Amino acid sequence: MKKLIKNGTVYYKGAFVKKDILIIKDKIAEIKDKITEQADETIDAKGKYIFPGFVDIHCHLRDPGQTYKEDIITGTRAAAKGGFTTVCTMPNTDPVVDNIATVEFIHRRAKDLGYCKVKVIGAITKKIEGKEISEMASMKEGGIVAVSDDGHCVQNGKLMQNCMKYATNYKIPIIIHAEDYNFAGKGQIHSGKIATQLGLSSIPPISEELIIARDIMLAEATKARLHIAHVSSAKSLELIKQAKQKGLNVTCEVTPHHLLLNEEACVHFDSNTKCKPPLRSEFDRLALLEAVNSGLIDCIATDHAPHADYEKELEFDKAPFGINGFEAAFATLYSHLVNKGKMTLERLTEAMTSAPANLLGLKAGVLEKGSPADLTIADLKAKVILEAETMLSKSKNTPWLGKPLQGKIVTTICDGKITWQA
Amino acid sequence: MNDNFNFINRSVFDLDDYSAAEIMYILEAAKGMKEINLREYKKIPTLRGKTVCTLFIENSTRTRMSFELAANRLSADVVSFQEATSALSKGESLQDTVYTLNAMGIDLYVIRHSSPGSPQLVNRYSGKPVINGGDGRHAHPTQALLDIFSIWERIGSLKGLKITIVGDILNSRVVRSNLIGMKKLGATVTVCGPRTLMPGQMEEVYGCKVEYDLKTALKDADCVMGLRMQLERQTEGLFPSLEEYTKHYVLSKDTIKWAKKDALIMHPGPMNRGVEILPEIADSTQSIIIEQVANGVAVRMALLFLILGGKAA
Repeated sequence: MKKLIKNGTVYYKGAFVKKDILIIKDKIAEIKDKITEQADETIDAKGKYIFPGFVDIHCHLRDPGQTYKEDIITGTRAAAKGGFTTVCTMPNTDPVVDNIATVEFIHRRAKDLGYCKVKVIGAITKKIEGKEISEMASMKEGGIVAVSDDGHCVQNGKLMQNCMKYATNYKIPIIIHAEDYNFAGKGQIHSGKIATQLGLSSIPPISEELIIARDIMLAEATKARLHIAHVSSAKSLELIKQAKQKGLNVTCEVTPHHLLLNEEACVHFDSNTKCKPPLRSEFDRLALLEAVNSGLIDCIATDHAPHADYEKELEFDKAPFGINGFEAAFATLYSHLVNKGKMTLERLTEAMTSAPANLLGLKAGVLEKGSPADLTIADLKAKVILEAETMLSKSKNTPWLGKPLQGKIVTTICDGKITWQA
Repeated sequence: MNDNFNFINRSVFDLDDYSAAEIMYILEAAKGMKEINLREYKKIPTLRGKTVCTLFIENSTRTRMSFELAANRLSADVVSFQEATSALSKGESLQDTVYTLNAMGIDLYVIRHSSPGSPQLVNRYSGKPVINGGDGRHAHPTQALLDIFSIWERIGSLKGLKITIVGDILNSRVVRSNLIGMKKLGATVTVCGPRTLMPGQMEEVYGCKVEYDLKTALKDADCVMGLRMQLERQTEGLFPSLEEYTKHYVLSKDTIKWAKKDALIMHPGPMNRGVEILPEIADSTQSIIIEQVANGVAVRMALLFLILGGKAA
């Protein structure tokens, strides 16, 4: 089976250039200025942009156990629609991914039913309870790409040090959700003027910063490979900058919502703006944006966190934390950052493809001869409006519903197969 | 009735939705209602056939009674929903509760709830006007209106007045609504309390003054409002003891001297006598604490009347 994609503007070796792409089976057979070879299928991508398939190293597919929110089919279909070809799913499912059997279950389901490649992140501690080290080594044999207690945070520093030592023994990266529970408490939103105004209890940035500081010190001592999920505050960035300057193996990600929204988004009590860490001040948001542009923040990850309507349709302080991310990610970032000159299309592409892939050593994120035929074709001029009725995710918890956006994913190809066609 | 203002079917989430002129209009209407409350037969037929639901997810006997009396005196039918005895305690969502009540034909909801923003939800689910009877630490607009009414009735215009509110500012919905309303009417408000009980960025959000020292806060005050100090804040690690709190922040004969002579003493109740206020002050001639309660019924009558489009009596 040969596919030829002609006349597109392709992200190739760090720049957008006019190229033709020939796909044979699941690999890219050729990328050249002009390919004349006969193919079984030819796609004319004139006027369109072609990206390496997007890579998301932080999402929640909710399968097994919470399939009323999302499952591997709906989750990966939504991912494909958003242009993703590889996603890494977090272990806070039911049961928790803290053993090889659950890892294999997810791999098998994804292989049989998925619309993109699914990589599994195992738990740091059993049942993500922060008490005992999980069977990381076995899970590594099962193919996990990292460990994380995402959604939770190991509060005991001594245990965290042991987890780091243990993970390092098997060359497993550790991804942290940095949150000191004493500071976060029952907090709902950022501890700024909106929290004061709305009378909602708050989550101060220091709840994140303290754990980041602790874990950077522990990573230095244990030589662990530390990745910090969903960084949200300017001070956190200072800590990460120092760690990087010291040459520590520390990286971090930011979500689209923390790059695009601030605490003001919560002012109407829309529970679709409720997430952890919370949307912070404009000062923090601008610092995050600058840090993505400078490379201090390594990549963008959606933290796709689907929740059922009836869970979000509650009093603000009773609704769960999390924002649905796959289908909004590219269009929101393109519309509000690239289109407004706040980020280059090249940097956005890198931060959604090669950068996240490299962080976890995934064979993804580049378009070159011999690489997997994972690619995403977008019409950057086309308007997009996200609507509950047409979203493929089982849940619709996004603050972007009904908002006009630009930059439409028209085709997604994963391992040479079309997984999304607008 | 009102030619320039339209209150019909408007919700009262907080006072920021209302202009100074609209607030004044409500106060004038409340004045008329207060007169009805002094009659021997305290009832007018103006809201006959209308049904008001008091939806009290968080317990509050006095606020609920005040609203229910207000509705009764305007001849509206009142149904009361209390969490302890209701389906919500069986795990029903607020949405389903409101859908159910709405099917029974409610014209206006009064809600008290521990979750900020819940009145907006009730409004969205029901499509009916909602009066916020207190939502968590967020807002308590009818309390603010009755406080403002009480000051206005005694002193006249709030313009240029100095009002000092003392106590647990962090956990007070009363303060937040009062700050909005009093500022709109031209008063200068100072909030005072221990720093651990003061929310961040108050000056920026409300344009008020923040003082941690009672003497400084009370200087030249025309009105002084005490707030209920709850013992549970001690176990939350916010202050060491009620005794130490009282030593620094109590409203007493000695401390009230720092305010203007004859300054009005107020308190939204329920009071902790001996903690934030001493009886010598609570029961003094300067105190209008009991008047506040009476005015609460009048203000709530005015709102129900204006929102449900009552005909003048």
